[in-house]
Amino acid sequence: MYYDLVVIGGGPAGLAAAEEAKKNGAGSVLIIERNEELGGILNQCIHSGFGIHVFGEQLTGPEYAKRFIDRLSGTGIEVKTDTMVIGISPDKTVTAVNSAEGYLEIKAGAIILAMGCRERTRSSIAIPGERPSGIFTAGTAQKYINVEGYMVGKRVLILGSGDIGLIMARRLTLEGAKVLGVVEIMPYSNGLKRNIAQCLEDYGIPLYLSHTVTDIKGENGRLSRVTVSKVNGFEPIPGTEIEFEADTLLLSVGLVPENELSRSAGIEIDSRTNGATVNEEMMTSVPGIFACGNVLHVHDLVDFVTEEAQKAGKAAAEYLRENKDGVSGETIEIRNGANVGYTVPQKIDTGKIGKFAEVFFRVRSVLNNAEISVKAGEEILFSKKREQMLPAEMEKLIIPKKVLDAANGRTITVSAEEAEK
Amino acid sequence: MIKNITCICCPKGCLITLDTENPEATIKGNACAQGFDYALGELLHPMRTVSSTAKITGAIHPRIPVRTSGNIPKEMIFDVMAEINKISVESPVKCGDVLIENVLSTGVDIIACRDM
Ligand SMILES: Cc1cc2nc3c(=O)[nH]c(=O)nc-3n(C[C@H](O)[C@H](O)[C@H](O)COP(=O)(O)OP(=O)(O)OC[C@H]3O[C@@H](n4cnc5c(N)ncnc54)[C@H](O)[C@@H]3O)c2cc1C
Ligand code: SF4
Repeated sequence: MYYDLVVIGGGPAGLAAAEEAKKNGAGSVLIIERNEELGGILNQCIHSGFGIHVFGEQLTGPEYAKRFIDRLSGTGIEVKTDTMVIGISPDKTVTAVNSAEGYLEIKAGAIILAMGCRERTRSSIAIPGERPSGIFTAGTAQKYINVEGYMVGKRVLILGSGDIGLIMARRLTLEGAKVLGVVEIMPYSNGLKRNIAQCLEDYGIPLYLSHTVTDIKGENGRLSRVTVSKVNGFEPIPGTEIEFEADTLLLSVGLVPENELSRSAGIEIDSRTNGATVNEEMMTSVPGIFACGNVLHVHDLVDFVTEEAQKAGKAAAEYLRENKDGVSGETIEIRNGANVGYTVPQKIDTGKIGKFAEVFFRVRSVLNNAEISVKAGEEILFSKKREQMLPAEMEKLIIPKKVLDAANGRTITVSAEEAEK
Repeated sequence: MIKNITCICCPKGCLITLDTENPEATIKGNACAQGFDYALGELLHPMRTVSSTAKITGAIHPRIPVRTSGNIPKEMIFDVMAEINKISVESPVKCGDVLIENVLSTGVDIIACRDM
């Protein structure tokens, strides 16, 4: 079996990448999705708040997905659902399995990785205490409630104030549960401000900042009590314990890009993002293999996933057409400087960009009245002011090409610092 | 009285402040006009959209995502939820189909958010 382009994952990233590749002339295109339907995580994100940038309106997750799924018809893009990719080799052979066709070996001219991410679990953050039932990751609980129609509990505590935790606090409240609080180890929330307002404040749900779970107790096999303590940094402070009689604990403690397949293809992984290292076209270290969406770095807004995926799709079509991975200008490496956790892309080929290059990054702490600067060595090439920057919000920096030309092949660093008072 | 309102109309989440004595003249912090309307609305009569799920039979999943076709008064959220939880629909349903018309006389419908 041969396809010019194989897209792995049929979430918003895979859908937009496939469409854009086809539009730009890619021949045969196949999307492989392990679930029974396309749409990815959007199928369980039933709240509204998607699409404000791409469509100029607030859609629910399923509505956003539908727009892209509907656009596939008539394009000739093929889809295999219920099919799980189990390996990718560096020569771009994709192996997959499904119950109808069994074991499949598919040669691809180019591959786009769009596998999304998975949730961190209790074991990845080492919560002490007993191991009763009633402890779920927030996304799993979301799927039980929104897709399968099972309620997860009556008295619920949520650990982690990222958007998924906040959205689930409201959802559980609407379905009749008592949400006792959202507990966050950091001194600030990791979710969007509007979700604090519309998911917690609207329903009077308390947010415990600088607190974490320090003990878990069960009764007859089900969770019965959760102890929460104030922290100093990450250290619990004795004597500050609060006891909650809860039958359910949701963990919303982070997402990790799903990159086992990428590793098997020998793709270089950036330890800061846990995703592939890419250039301005979202091409990984293996020529002809591209990555986009949550598998590349964790996004909070689907609109940015779509835009990134379109870049990857267009570049894959170009790669297939020109069959070259040739560098056309100078390759400039981007490093993260002060207060910046990572950048995507990590490399830019100055010959491949138009007037601007887009760089996404996250800051490590809350910064007010800040300045973003792009430096080569000590030389400041470019700077930009921001009123406030939050770790919860991905930042987009548009760097003019002439700035990159001025770097003259040198490595550049992106940093963010508060202006001196 | 000075009041702080977080705008929920887009992901930016502007922090809007106003003086309740003279709101229209004192609204600050909104990056766009939508924030102005939202802040005034919050003062006069807060409105929200509600999204949830409804029972469906004969479909790929046992629940279908639904939402209000527009904003409803905030204090009616739980009443509207109770109405949504009363219904059960049969597949096939199309995205946008009205599942409850003019729910609790709000002038707003409950609509399906996908084909199923
Ligand atoms: C709970 C929650 C709430 C959110 N709220 C908002 C919001 O309000 N507004 C907003 O704009 N954004 C929101 N987001 C973010 C946005 O939805 C995600 O960033 C986006 O859906 C990621 O898209 P993706 O295609 O990269 O990944 P996914 O949607 O995860 O898609 C990946 C797909 O790949 C498939 N896959 C993985 N591995 C394989 C394999 N080996 N073989 C075959 N298929 C595979 C998976 O089954 C999945 O369908 C939210 C996200 C979550 C989790
Ligand atoms: S005021 Fe405008 S920009 Fe600010 S959050 Fe509201 S809608 Fe968004």
